[in-house]
Amino acid sequence: MIGVIVFPGSNCDHDCYHVMKHVMGAPVRFVWHKERELPAGTEAVVLPGGFSYGDYLRTGAIARLSAVMGAVERFAKKGGPVIGICNGFQILVESGLLPGALLRNSGLKFICRDVFLRVENSSTPFTNKLRPGQVLRMPIAHGEGNYFLDAAGLKSLNENNQVVFRYSSQEGAVTPEDNPNGSLENIAGIVNRQGNVLGMMPHPERCAEAILGNTDGRLLFESLLAWLSGNFEKPGARASGSFR
Amino acid sequence: MKEPEITEELIREHGLNAEEYARILDILGRAPTFTELGIFSVMWSEHCSYKSSRIHFRNFPTSAPWVVQGPGENAGIIEIGGGLCAAFKMESHNHPSFIEPYQGAATGVGGILRDIFTMGARPVASLNSLRFGPLDDPLQRHLLSGVVSGIAGYGNCIGVPTVGGDVYFHPCYSGNILVNVFNLGIVKKEKIFRGTASGAGNPVIYVGSKTGRDGIHGVTMASEEFTDDAEQKKPNVQVGDPFTEKLLLEACLDAMDRDLIVGIQDMGGAGLTSSSSEMAGRAGTGIELHIDKVPPREKDMIPYEFMLSESQERMLIVAQSGKEEELLEIFRKWDLEAVVIGKVTDDGFLTVKWNGKTVAQIPAKKISSEAPLYDRPCKRPSWQDGLQDLRLGAIGLPEDYNRVLISLLESPNIASKQMIWRQYDHMVRTNTVVLPGSDAAVIRVKETGRMGEAAGNPLEMGIAMSVDCSSRYCYLDPYLGGMHAVAEAARNIACSGAKPRAVTDNLNFGNPEKPEVMWQFVNAVRGIGEACRVLETPVVGGNVSFYNETKGAAIYPTPTIGMVGIFEDVRRHLTQGFKREGEVVALLGATKEELGGSEYLAVIHGIEKGMPPSLDLEAEKRLHGLLFEAVPLLSSAHDCSEGGLAVALAESAMAGGIGAGVSLGPLIAGGPARKDALLFGESAGRVVLSLAGKNMGALKGLAGKWNIPLFELGRTGGGSLRIDSDINLTLGELSGAFNDSLRRHVEAR
Repeated sequence: MIGVIVFPGSNCDHDCYHVMKHVMGAPVRFVWHKERELPAGTEAVVLPGGFSYGDYLRTGAIARLSAVMGAVERFAKKGGPVIGICNGFQILVESGLLPGALLRNSGLKFICRDVFLRVENSSTPFTNKLRPGQVLRMPIAHGEGNYFLDAAGLKSLNENNQVVFRYSSQEGAVTPEDNPNGSLENIAGIVNRQGNVLGMMPHPERCAEAILGNTDGRLLFESLLAWLSGNFEKPGARASGSFR
Repeated sequence: MKEPEITEELIREHGLNAEEYARILDILGRAPTFTELGIFSVMWSEHCSYKSSRIHFRNFPTSAPWVVQGPGENAGIIEIGGGLCAAFKMESHNHPSFIEPYQGAATGVGGILRDIFTMGARPVASLNSLRFGPLDDPLQRHLLSGVVSGIAGYGNCIGVPTVGGDVYFHPCYSGNILVNVFNLGIVKKEKIFRGTASGAGNPVIYVGSKTGRDGIHGVTMASEEFTDDAEQKKPNVQVGDPFTEKLLLEACLDAMDRDLIVGIQDMGGAGLTSSSSEMAGRAGTGIELHIDKVPPREKDMIPYEFMLSESQERMLIVAQSGKEEELLEIFRKWDLEAVVIGKVTDDGFLTVKWNGKTVAQIPAKKISSEAPLYDRPCKRPSWQDGLQDLRLGAIGLPEDYNRVLISLLESPNIASKQMIWRQYDHMVRTNTVVLPGSDAAVIRVKETGRMGEAAGNPLEMGIAMSVDCSSRYCYLDPYLGGMHAVAEAARNIACSGAKPRAVTDNLNFGNPEKPEVMWQFVNAVRGIGEACRVLETPVVGGNVSFYNETKGAAIYPTPTIGMVGIFEDVRRHLTQGFKREGEVVALLGATKEELGGSEYLAVIHGIEKGMPPSLDLEAEKRLHGLLFEAVPLLSSAHDCSEGGLAVALAESAMAGGIGAGVSLGPLIAGGPARKDALLFGESAGRVVLSLAGKNMGALKGLAGKWNIPLFELGRTGGGSLRIDSDINLTLGELSGAFNDSLRRHVEAR
């Protein structure tokens, strides 16, 4: 079962739930932020986009203190797959589950549009149906997605192959022109060192159905379900419990 | 604050005239208290009472088999099928947005969202219609940037996509911008809630933000002209908190789902006063409020201030007696303040108590629905004849039509609004099928697919929405202009492949006490009514914004139309861009020698004169019927409006990334003699199409059946737009002008 965390102010929670349940046909549950434990049988966790706690103070800064985040951290440390999308990514960096910070977009404005992403790492629970170098089209919608990390951290991020997606051209070239928000090295999504916690600014749940004109995002959810059902063997830790 | 004596001056400051005050004395049988004076003042303001406009709404058709709720509620509702309904409404926040653009626009969005979810509907799409002065004025750039940020700030945070809208610039708005916001929500037919306070003894519950002194007399401000002291009205503008509203939205929908609520209404304009008296008025009951129980945001507030505050993100709920604890528990879950502040009575009075003492007692109906009614004098402006007198003979033809087309594409009224809508989250909720920048916004209704699955019919339905108004047309001829606003909005819906179904309006005008303004209003309303009748799109709700004047100068009449259409199968939608090379480019509808009121005359020749294009409503209706049947044959459809045929062709080419080569020769016989009218005239009821050549025969058959002229103009293909020997521009040249113009206007200074 996949748990979608609902913070006050989450607004992509219904979208993530919809994709999991009605598009992918997977069992899914909402998990309220005041819960101290994840529901029994949770196999993966989604931190959805939105404006948790209004994003007052700083994006993700208050959400990371909510009761449920303790349980999410324990789940992640045991190797459970966690994906944070947009505000979810911001919460993951605030909570320290992922390195770095997400600053205001370099253009200082909220941006909602499609971007292209080059896949850098396809050996995660969320990207095993992709191949390195593959280019995906996916929408972004954020005011604070400008990824930043200190030089030492960035070096280690690259050495450990923790960058999963970079903003690119349609052909896969990673250039400043294709960087929508000023992110360091066009970084759009990263995983933790163990590879089980993914944070990304683009919204795969917004491009997983033909009627929306784009199904590239579906590949991430297919990857996760394959990984959970054991069709993909990942070295190292993996969440317990069977799926389906 | 201390309560002042009731003096003549105080009465006048409350915007009440001698006759209205006499009526108050008559209703009460005594002099009003200060609190009562405040209550009458806001409830009888133009904004709340519609006292100058109401009698003219008889002209509007308001019913149809699919109309579930017509005017008079917080929003209109139509049935879309499968037991589901769409609730929608449009409202203005013009004056606050001029004074404080970010908060003014943001709270406009917040207000319209509450109007929708108060009906039990989940808001799923927003649109907006904005008017500013020309962008060479730094103030207008500041206003545009603030308004757009405010709409984005509120809508993005609460997670309701802003999927479309329109933006125009004209000097008449320099001192009085327009910010009209539209929202649509989805509700199950049996779960619709209304703003009624029925059941004597039922508790009245206050929910949401604390009450402060913000926004006191906001509605009075909306009911008078601006003078030089607009800056001093800043304290009248409320401050929005989208996060609290998001919690309020979820908590209210949760409570509604559990049958704990009898009636509910948001505290918008005139706050606690209007919500309580309107709910009692609709139910024919009374309501007793103990306002010392209302959570205050500031110290030492008096009853007058509590009753008139327009603090945002507040709702008034009448609960089922005995279920209040269950209801309060829901609001506690969402960390919201909820307090029982009174009860429903059967005496018909709005009674306000303060620490046990009665500070106001007024028959609820007298303030909610029996406000004064005015049939204000009308007079055709003396300048109207001169305005309509256009002599084309004196206007020379341009030498370079390429240059003209580029200038039109660069005109901020026509240029792409991408830099605006990219700041709005237009995809959240994953329903947006057609993105902003098209003729109409299209969303799917997920619930219909899911609900239908069980019944073996998993088709996803869709909703198309468009907002429209050519204020130049309305200025030149309000009656014809009003008809055009409806016809074009409906044509946009039809071009998207949907069936136009119903209208909500937002009527923005000057000071109704001026007979010329009233004449504009009455005629525009007549035109809207006539068009809605013929097109079978009843008016199910609306809003009037008068007094859009600064220092005596009124805006052009701007009756904005919000049109909603339905798809039984959302996959049947059309978009404006050419899809494939080598397809037929065709035009539906007749082209006449009509340049009056055109963007071409205004931009190229600096002339705003003449009659707007003629409009045959019966032909318009047939055109929509034809389009609806033709959807499976077509690759693209695009309404011909500002800038005429040349601009429409350029837009279809740019949107599809495919050029075209066309000849307008077929249009000349019986059409315009002037080449500029052929290229840039704005004859109504025309649609640019592209389709596979093999479908042309079938389309001709349909055009014959519906009796609409059809012309084959050429073929798609290549990287440029070629129109006879007059226009030859690459897609790069077109897009360079069209896509980047607004940014250049806003930033390059």
